[in-house]
Amino acid sequence: MAKEKKGVRLEHVSKIYEDPKTKKEFYAVHDTSLSIAPGSFVTLLGPSGCGKTTTLRMIAGFESPDEGEIYLGDEAINALTPNKRDTAMVFQSYALLPHYNIYDNVAYGLKLRKLDRKTIKEKVTGILKLVGLEGMESRMTNQLSGGQQQRVALARALVLEPGVLLFDEPLSNLDAKLRVTMRTEIRRIQQEAGITAIYVTHDQSEAMAISDQIIIMEKGVVAQIGTPQEIYYHPKSEFVADFIGEANFLKGKLTAKDGTRGTVDISGNAVPVEGVDRFALQDDCTLVLRPESARLSESGQLPCKVILSCFMGSYQNYHVMVGDNLVKITDFNPKNKKIYEVGDDAFVAFDADSVHVL
Amino acid sequence: MARTQSAELDRKKFFADPIMVTTIVVLIAFLTLFILYPLAILLVDSFVTKDGVTVDVFRRIMNMPNFRKAITNTLKVGFLVGIASALIGLLFAYVEEYVQLRTRFLGGLFKMVSMLPVVSPPFVLSLSMIMLFGKAGIITRYLLHIYDNSVYGFWGIAIVQTMTFFPVCYMMLKGLLKNIDPSLEEAARDMGASRFKVFTTVTLPLVLPGLGNAFLVTFIESIADFANPMIIGGSYDTLATTIYLQITGAYDKEGAAAMAVVLLCITLAMFIVQKYYLEAKSTATLSGKASRGRMLITDKSVTRPLTVMCAALSLFVILMYVCVPFGALFRTWGYDFHLTTKWFVQVFKRYKGLKAFRDSFVLSLIASPITALLSMIISYLVVKRRFKAKGFIEAVSMLAMAVPGTVLGIGYIRGFSGGVFHTGFLQQLYGTGAILIIVFIVRSLPTGTRSGISALRQIDKSIEESAYDMGADSFKVFMTVTLPLIKDSFLSGLVTAFVRSITAISAIILLVTPQFLLITVQINEFAEKGAYGIACAFATILIAITYGSVLLMNLFIKYFGTSRKIGVTENES
Repeated sequence: MAKEKKGVRLEHVSKIYEDPKTKKEFYAVHDTSLSIAPGSFVTLLGPSGCGKTTTLRMIAGFESPDEGEIYLGDEAINALTPNKRDTAMVFQSYALLPHYNIYDNVAYGLKLRKLDRKTIKEKVTGILKLVGLEGMESRMTNQLSGGQQQRVALARALVLEPGVLLFDEPLSNLDAKLRVTMRTEIRRIQQEAGITAIYVTHDQSEAMAISDQIIIMEKGVVAQIGTPQEIYYHPKSEFVADFIGEANFLKGKLTAKDGTRGTVDISGNAVPVEGVDRFALQDDCTLVLRPESARLSESGQLPCKVILSCFMGSYQNYHVMVGDNLVKITDFNPKNKKIYEVGDDAFVAFDADSVHVL
Repeated sequence: MARTQSAELDRKKFFADPIMVTTIVVLIAFLTLFILYPLAILLVDSFVTKDGVTVDVFRRIMNMPNFRKAITNTLKVGFLVGIASALIGLLFAYVEEYVQLRTRFLGGLFKMVSMLPVVSPPFVLSLSMIMLFGKAGIITRYLLHIYDNSVYGFWGIAIVQTMTFFPVCYMMLKGLLKNIDPSLEEAARDMGASRFKVFTTVTLPLVLPGLGNAFLVTFIESIADFANPMIIGGSYDTLATTIYLQITGAYDKEGAAAMAVVLLCITLAMFIVQKYYLEAKSTATLSGKASRGRMLITDKSVTRPLTVMCAALSLFVILMYVCVPFGALFRTWGYDFHLTTKWFVQVFKRYKGLKAFRDSFVLSLIASPITALLSMIISYLVVKRRFKAKGFIEAVSMLAMAVPGTVLGIGYIRGFSGGVFHTGFLQQLYGTGAILIIVFIVRSLPTGTRSGISALRQIDKSIEESAYDMGADSFKVFMTVTLPLIKDSFLSGLVTAFVRSITAISAIILLVTPQFLLITVQINEFAEKGAYGIACAFATILIAITYGSVLLMNLFIKYFGTSRKIGVTENES
């Protein structure tokens, strides 16, 4: 549907802000370089204040970068105003024009492009069908539910057939259930329209569910770029591992190494691991162990003591102590397994390839 | 770290929008030429003489006993009026917000009292004061049989100004009291404080900054007031009237300019205190909307005296206004109470009433849409855009609020009668209707801008951003999004500007040429001559026009507008 899918490239982009209280300047975004492939769905993910929205607003043109250059396709767009950029944004607050009905909201951008009446009508009708709002053209925006407003905001951006579609936390005003439905919808519509999309969120499950690529940002800097699987299973830092899902961190030393395989000493226990080629013998390293990758059993790599055991329905939630380290374990489908009680001694068991070494 | 690149890019983006750049340039030129320049020329004229820069002119005017007297007179009146208005305003606001009113009648009275000063010319109360309490006053002569009562002078001005300005304080303080969380007072009651103790230890400290704010706003208004002291002052001269006489009577242009500088300094100093110190403080106590309704006081020992006081004051004010149409209907006020239409007939037959109304009406009608549009553009730029000259635009358009009309009038005479900086440039403007329209615009701009700014602050920034993002340039965004969203504020700005223009006098009276007859100037002239019948007839028709236009606007907003009702709130300056 889009005229032309466009990629987005950021080259060493920085944005400096001034703290209004201390009058000190700081980097909201620092030396960020990324490349987003045409037609892909990319999420900027991070805690609040990490610079993700600033990055998005720089791509849209509302903020001007202090260093670096932004490219849309092959065109450098730093000096273009938002109305001259081939981007369309879906705002967090939807920002529908309250004095227009649905039809006029969606047609607004088309009218500015001086298309003839018939074409506008065709396009608007088509796009409203795509987002599931056909027949509601004459409703005013205040007569719509949150989800419907969201769809109008999406339709209004899509109908312009922009090179890139920008989303600024579009689902944060919806309730939890609707959020899940809408994110699937957004993904479906993006695929159908075949459009490049950049999506800002702080909700990691949302990011996992809809993205081709996730860009994790921390304090204005890109922490990791990768597919959801790469980021989840091979986080590059404790921050990433902790931000995406839950993680246990076990500190230790590499005591044996054979190619990619090796052995790490954790409080006196030898733990076989994989993916240690980056490390040398006697290096300090941290094992990242996802709670669902570990289980409690009669034998295993790490001896432990159970301090919390809690039935959650689909899983049993354990907190155990390995030496001085707290390890969280979620054991799925506990019905047919032995349930450990608080005070029990047990072992933490896991497969060598399901721990990730940092 | 350097923010040079973003500054450079922002500049490029800014200049990519020629309509906006042009608008800003034109706006800055307008504000500089018609607000800053007239004030600057006053300074130049009073300091620079043939012999270079001196303070001779100031020394000369300071040596005039009547000028020194005028300063103390003005400050004395202003102080008393400020205190009295703030206190009466507080009384009204307190009764409205805290006391259970027994009848709807009283609520109606309150509404009327807050409405009347908005729609009436600023000096009608002086007229009615003279007609009620003067030598031929109904009350003094017929009820009390006092035949030599003099209303002219200090007390006349003070009472009339208090009656004119206290509704403004009432509206300001009402907003403040409404926003006090009732649970604060309930907590104090709960801890054992008496109702009076609660008032003095909780309510009063909370509204104190607001009270100070109301006091200063009224103080400034009183000092700047020209028409009331003119009519009822008698030999008691204030700064505004002294300046007027200095230029129209003594033709002392340098002296008048220097006096205007003195007056400006006083109002400006107070304005700065009010704007940057008290206003911030008095809004800080507004901690958002009250969570629930307040338990109104029903105790008769409290409600009775308070409501009686308010009702008496309201009736007094209303009586004063009612006096005006009757003044126009009696054959000879104070002597012959037969009803007659002869004054109205004379207005139109002998005193070119039709021309006066047409001139006033047409000039105000031209000025008001320009004012409304300008103030909306200024508010849009101030609230929604980032650019270098923004602070300048905001400051200058607010500065106009602190400039008394008389000062502006003198500034225009000095600034434009010989062209800009006496070079002859733009000299042809002087004495035309255009300069009158410009004065109308400058005088109403701050009120319109204030209401526009507060309306725009309530609109989510991303609504305009989304339109911008979809491809609209600034002009399109303003016309298709901003303006429709603040339609109500625009409309009320339109009518407020119209009402303010058609009732304006202080600056206009200095600039009007015989080719234009303005109603307010006519009223002033006839009132000074003692021709109260004619003055009242003019004033009655004027009030009818302004009241009619406010009614029309409220009707229009009710059927076509988006929300709130306007007309009363606009006066809270």
